[in-house]
Amino acid sequence: MRMLALGGSRTRYEVVAYFRSLDTVFFTFLFPLIMLGIFTAAFSASGDIVVKPGQPGISVGAYYLPGMVAAGILLSGVQNLAVDIAREKGDGTLKRLGGTPLSPVSYFIGKIGQVFTTGIIQLVLILVVARLFLGIALPTDPGRWLTFVWIFVFGIVTSSLLGIALSALPRSGRSATAVVVPIVLILQFISGVYLRFDQLPGWMQAIASVFPLKWMAQGMRSVFLPSDFVTLEPNDSWQLGWIAVVLGIWFIVGLAISRVTFRWIRKDS
Amino acid sequence: MGHGSDAVVSVDGLRKDYGGSTAVDGISFEIEPGETFALLGPNGAGKSTTIEILEGYRDRTAGDVRVLGVDPHRATLDWKAQLGIVLQSTGEPGVMTVAEQLRHFARFYPHPRDVDETIAAVGLTEKAGTRLARLSGGQRRRVDVALGIIGNPRLLFLDEPTTGFDPEARHEFWELIRGLKREGTTILLTTHYLDEAARLGDRAGVIAGGRLIDIGPIDEIGEASARVPIVRWRDQRGEHSVRTQEPGRTVADLVASLGAEPTGLEVIRPALEDVYLEMVGAARDGERAAA
Repeated sequence: MRMLALGGSRTRYEVVAYFRSLDTVFFTFLFPLIMLGIFTAAFSASGDIVVKPGQPGISVGAYYLPGMVAAGILLSGVQNLAVDIAREKGDGTLKRLGGTPLSPVSYFIGKIGQVFTTGIIQLVLILVVARLFLGIALPTDPGRWLTFVWIFVFGIVTSSLLGIALSALPRSGRSATAVVVPIVLILQFISGVYLRFDQLPGWMQAIASVFPLKWMAQGMRSVFLPSDFVTLEPNDSWQLGWIAVVLGIWFIVGLAISRVTFRWIRKDS
Repeated sequence: MGHGSDAVVSVDGLRKDYGGSTAVDGISFEIEPGETFALLGPNGAGKSTTIEILEGYRDRTAGDVRVLGVDPHRATLDWKAQLGIVLQSTGEPGVMTVAEQLRHFARFYPHPRDVDETIAAVGLTEKAGTRLARLSGGQRRRVDVALGIIGNPRLLFLDEPTTGFDPEARHEFWELIRGLKREGTTILLTTHYLDEAARLGDRAGVIAGGRLIDIGPIDEIGEASARVPIVRWRDQRGEHSVRTQEPGRTVADLVASLGAEPTGLEVIRPALEDVYLEMVGAARDGERAAA
């Protein structure tokens, strides 16, 4: 009980700290929104995206919205936590916490709570801007929103665990950004966030399919794009079952690595 | 030695190896309730390794350690709730204010001190609403101390607490620690400022080369001969110095024989610092001779 209460207290603390860190606000919180704005502005003249020539299409902004939503999940979880925790290891935050009666469980509730809270605020902001300023129509079918909710929640939890796991990789707090950001950036390019997935070469699609972002982006396309866009997907299917399977595997991988590697301090370094 | 079971800290034959080298080589001491014990020694002597083993941060290679009756290797959250740890300075980004930080940490403990009172005790009332990043080094160190005592600890670890303080801040800090002593807090202090150990400590242990080379009440550290007062003066033939247990008589005899006031007269009672430097120097020479 006490662990949960402290987890709530940690969540509030972490959320406040998140919004007071300008680099996090820019590179994690606002990044997908800024990219969506740039894409919409840059490609507005090149016409709508269509499934087949002659058919009615959707705007570039509308096409890239699901990718940005998926990227937001990845950034809020993996990039944010991996950099944040590696930095906390390096600057003594974790050592200090490790000397207090704070349970690591409460600490992680705080981290995941922060990712959830900031991820949801980020999502709402993206959707509001998309709808009100970029004129992108949002789905009205409750079934689609149900799909949205499970992919979002599953994606955020998995991304958080992968962020915690990845935080073990940087050798120092200073190198955290240099180690983590390229990994996350490359994933965004090969997973259909910034480039149309159906136009990527097969080998690149195959690599991307190993990682969770490609599947989250695909799931979000199933929510936000018109039904006929399914013909642009591999095997003409949204593959919702596979999304669950891949996210499930990465969830277990992230949890296992986090459990094995996490220490309040680097032991006997 | 020691009183055994009621000791707050008891260390027996503590040893710590890193790879091939030995950082701590068979240290034993005890700290009694309410006592302030200073661990002295040059950099790299094994002070921080020892204190981090007691705090539960590091494992040991050999020896028996009890802190509040518990082996730190089997630390529980209840055990940690009775400790206060002031680490060597850290570099957290500090986006929280002093009051926010303390209020948050107070929640971790079952019986925390009052947050406003603690902020007042470290002299930061006027900075309570300031973000940690905007504090000076000395002010941040006081926050470290405030975080160390917010849980009302039975045992407080202070690892080099006043490094980087100006003299005024150091005196204010000592006053704060004396207040904690009066409240009955047991304190383990490491420092390389010997005046600090002399002002705060009841007893001290001196570590050099991973070994405890002396332990005892602050004013008994070192051999008796090292504490013999020195009388020093000058005349035409140069500088003279005499070590004597009766400096008053020596000075009186000197005045009588000179028939005048001696030039540059000093009576020196070797302070902890002098005694310590002599000891550490001797230990280093001994190591060199053995090598």
